[in-house]
Amino acid sequence: MAASTLTRKEQIARDLAHVPHKPGSTKPDPIIVADHVTRRFGGMTAVDVHHLEIQRGAITALIGPNGAGKTTLFNLLTGFDRPNSGEWSFEGTPLSRMSAAKVARSGMVRTFQLTKALSRMTVLENMRLGATGQPGENMLTSLFPPAWKGREDDITEQALELLARFKLDTKKDDFAGSLSGGQRKLLEMARALMTNPTTVMLDEPMAGVNPALTQSLLGHIEGLRDEGMTVLFVEHDMHMVRHISDWVVVMAEGRVVAEGPPTTIMQDQAVVDAYLGAHHDTDLGDDSLLDDDVIDQLEEEAEAEEHSRAEDGE
Amino acid sequence: MDWTRILTNVAGELFAPATAAYALAAIGLNVHFGMTGLINMGQAGFMLMGAYGFAIATMNGWPVWAAVLAGLIAAAIFAIILGIPTLQLRGDYLAIVTIAAAEIARYTVRSSSLTWLTGGNAGISGNDFKGSFQNLCPLPEGSWALGPFQYSNCLSNSWWLRIVGWSLVAIAVVLVWRWMKSPWGRVLKGIREDEDAVRSLGKNVYSYKMQALVLGGLFGALGGMIYVLPSAVQADALGRTLTFNVWTILLLGGAATVFGPVLGSLIMWAVLMLIKSVLRDMPWDVITSTQAEAFSWVLVGVTLMVLVIFRPQGILGDPKEVAIDGR
Repeated sequence: MAASTLTRKEQIARDLAHVPHKPGSTKPDPIIVADHVTRRFGGMTAVDVHHLEIQRGAITALIGPNGAGKTTLFNLLTGFDRPNSGEWSFEGTPLSRMSAAKVARSGMVRTFQLTKALSRMTVLENMRLGATGQPGENMLTSLFPPAWKGREDDITEQALELLARFKLDTKKDDFAGSLSGGQRKLLEMARALMTNPTTVMLDEPMAGVNPALTQSLLGHIEGLRDEGMTVLFVEHDMHMVRHISDWVVVMAEGRVVAEGPPTTIMQDQAVVDAYLGAHHDTDLGDDSLLDDDVIDQLEEEAEAEEHSRAEDGE
Repeated sequence: MDWTRILTNVAGELFAPATAAYALAAIGLNVHFGMTGLINMGQAGFMLMGAYGFAIATMNGWPVWAAVLAGLIAAAIFAIILGIPTLQLRGDYLAIVTIAAAEIARYTVRSSSLTWLTGGNAGISGNDFKGSFQNLCPLPEGSWALGPFQYSNCLSNSWWLRIVGWSLVAIAVVLVWRWMKSPWGRVLKGIREDEDAVRSLGKNVYSYKMQALVLGGLFGALGGMIYVLPSAVQADALGRTLTFNVWTILLLGGAATVFGPVLGSLIMWAVLMLIKSVLRDMPWDVITSTQAEAFSWVLVGVTLMVLVIFRPQGILGDPKEVAIDGR
């Protein structure tokens, strides 16, 4: 088991070894390809992504400082928000402007930053709701149990298997609202898997999870990759990103500023700038900052930056 | 105080057609609110559509089945018109739109320019639309007494209407019970809890909400028909008060339960009758019968408040469900 895990991770690492470490780089086998995606809220541009490819079967982390547009991009890709412009495809099928439900049915399922456990339903009912192809979800068919009981038994079996894997089987008859924050994250992930997805999008899977559960949650995410699923997740915790991801995409101010493997990405100048500011090494108490020459130079830099951004935007 | 008479009155309420009509309307509201979480503040509007649709179609010579269908279709169209713009928005908007739409419907049918069709302010008198329903009555002519309860067999507030009304309630209860236990009901429940979560699992939330709105409206329309059959169709009897009574019944019995709406209707009308009769029979002269009527409604309001504060799940509801913070 451990050996195969290793090979899978290694294999992806080998596939991605020749991918250039720059924003918008081409992947050998992309499952999601996005082009010129923009989303504006009033005068503020929340997302402005020129080109982005997500490698099939890999765990890709989407990181960036607060307000970088990670969750907005997530909402756009999964149909929960509408872009101002741009298109993207999933497994070759264009997905832009498709409803969230259709996106989910096409195999890309997501979870939420603020966990959405359906509180006043039992854990098992939560799981069953995730299943697809239940004819009893039609209003008229639902009145004739023989028409859907068979599928319901299959669904229940699948649900119990998943619950056992996520160690929630003892809670199956409890209301989801009575679970702890971390257990709700697990339930949400397990519920998403009920749809038999090919791609799982996790929005801050570690937010609000107690440290004891973190390790098992990480294990589950790696498990998804080892089963052949593509995982894209948003995260703040760099430790976690380094630990499990195969590829890292860094966003700042709505744009993709860097890409690369987790081991080297944090040394990338663009990433350091995005997180800490370009002048994080400058001593604010330094009197030389008050020199006119230095101020002029800083202003020039700022202008150049604005200029290059405007060019990028075209 | 004549307790025999008072208790007879109270027991009579337990199987009165109006009680069945309220139960049907509350079953419909339960599909909206209890099962799906839609806040429909205009159930009276759906009842109005059913009542007027049935009455007008009958007056134009349609047979009973076609007239019932007309009432149901009117309610379904009303639901779809309300649903298209509001179901994509968050819950509160539906509440505002439904209460406004129910009032618009009421003002429209009572307007004098529509007198030729709806009877305007005066409404449609019973004799104009009851005929075909009463002709279907399989019972012999005359009246029949069950203990102290004597009603006409077929005319107006009749045994025939009681049989039909309560049969409809029974059918509605069975259907709702089936739906609640089904995967379809599960999706609705999921939408009630968090529609984005359900959307993220690939379900077309909008379509499910529309189905629930129409279905609950159809039960409301049936309730409206039973509601007007003992007497007459009158627009002002199908107004806001009716909506709030239906809500009281639902919350009293317990939203999201199968029998809650029926139990709520039984209790509400029995207790109301008890209070009214007792106050009227008071040996000392503190309260006139008009005041007694008004006072009993005050008590209904107080009951509703006490209920929502101390037993929000209603009589049949599961206290565990309420203990969990909905969000």
